[in-house]
Amino acid sequence: MGKLQNKVAVITGGASGIGAATAKLFVSEGAKVVLVDLNEEKGKAFESELKSLNAEALFVKANITNEEEVAHIFKQTIEAFGKVDVVFNNAGIGRVHSSHDLAYSEWRNTVNVDLDGVFLVAREAIREMLKAGGGTIVNTASMYGWVGSPGSAAYNAAKGGVINLTRSLALEYAEQNIRINALCPGFIDTPIIPEESKQALAGLTPMKRLGQAEEMAKAVLFMACDDSSFMTGNSLTVDGGYTAQ
Amino acid sequence: MSKFNDKVILITGAAGGIGRATAKKLADQGAKLALVDLNLEAVSQVISELGLDESRAIALQANVAKEEEVKAYVDATVAKFGKIDGFFNNAGIEGITANVEDYPTETFELVFNVNVKGAFLGLKYVVPVMKKQGYGSIVNTSSGAGLIGSPGFVGYNSSKHAVMGMTKVVALEAAPHGVRVNAVAPGVINTRMMRQIEKNTVPEDAEGARKAFGAAVPLGRYGEAEEVASVAVFLLSDDASYVTQSIYTVDGGQINQ
Repeated sequence: MGKLQNKVAVITGGASGIGAATAKLFVSEGAKVVLVDLNEEKGKAFESELKSLNAEALFVKANITNEEEVAHIFKQTIEAFGKVDVVFNNAGIGRVHSSHDLAYSEWRNTVNVDLDGVFLVAREAIREMLKAGGGTIVNTASMYGWVGSPGSAAYNAAKGGVINLTRSLALEYAEQNIRINALCPGFIDTPIIPEESKQALAGLTPMKRLGQAEEMAKAVLFMACDDSSFMTGNSLTVDGGYTAQ
Repeated sequence: MSKFNDKVILITGAAGGIGRATAKKLADQGAKLALVDLNLEAVSQVISELGLDESRAIALQANVAKEEEVKAYVDATVAKFGKIDGFFNNAGIEGITANVEDYPTETFELVFNVNVKGAFLGLKYVVPVMKKQGYGSIVNTSSGAGLIGSPGFVGYNSSKHAVMGMTKVVALEAAPHGVRVNAVAPGVINTRMMRQIEKNTVPEDAEGARKAFGAAVPLGRYGEAEEVASVAVFLLSDDASYVTQSIYTVDGGQINQ
């Protein structure tokens, strides 16, 4: 019996990286998964891959900054699987750019996806979970929601926002049996990190290596399932020790 | 599939609510256990309740505030099982409830001896074993009281703040050796310790204190020892392989207010 047996999980940014690794782990723990991504080609291919493993999976293309598209994710989910138990609110973007050269449009775009988008998905998830009588949400923040770094002001500000959004929503809906926590990854070995930077970033990490997407997935599973039944509002660092320095 | 098959886990405060619940979860998943407590009879009782034979578990008596006794429980664990995969550095006491001007210095010293010196000594003797192995996971029991203030708990709160600092320092020292160090920070949990704190806080109405403590939790209830145990077990396991220096609050959301 899996830790998410017969649960329905929506995963945004579900076609690659941490989202995809989490989808795989969730499926192995008995969940049905809804994969949300902007990249239709990757999303559909991953949906087929999971189905070929006898998993129940559905790809939904959506831009999480668009209210109607976010509502559509949950409409599709209810139509396909009848309920929503878990939402991994994971889609995000980020790139390094000096702040004095940062176009306002780029600032807006980053904050729009990384904070507004997380809110919109959480809001829609909570609406469904209130009807169902509970659920769990895991937001993807970042260790850069806890500490600063040069050249990523918009990303870091948005991720700091996600941490306090997580606390605030957790308090607001605790009595309704909706637990809301956040994952704060460190430097993870995904395509977002350029190959030439990997060694240096591993060197900056106390554990002297990058994290693997599968290691993030295990932490997300922990927050999504009943093993964390008395935890809500936490933003858990999974960063190889980076933020202790 | 048993995640802890052939893993050796050392637990202090193993006869208390959280220690015992954690021992049970680990035993169910195949672990070998070295269970330490001040009360040998109580910890032997835990082992017989879990139905573990001599090949699976050892009961050890120690006052964690005494260096030679800490060294002895670590040595006995290694002598018995040959390694330590996980260490739940969990023994702790609550002290009394009194404002700073009335807080007896000897109580303050006692709380620090057990909660701070005891945790330090556990790390001092377990970390070298794990460094030599090149692996290991340590979970220190801090508290929600290690992150915020609570009136009347100058001894306990300060001691649990110290455990937070210790966790971060030792995590950084141990990380290059493949050893992870994290902390759990329980809030109000249904154990002997909270029963005592309820009595200490409102001697004339412990039940009323209990209701008030529970109502202050966003999830609206006390946590159960098993709910802290499942978090400790996660951190001890390889599922948390990239998690170190993290503080996992298990408090029904209380810290966020």
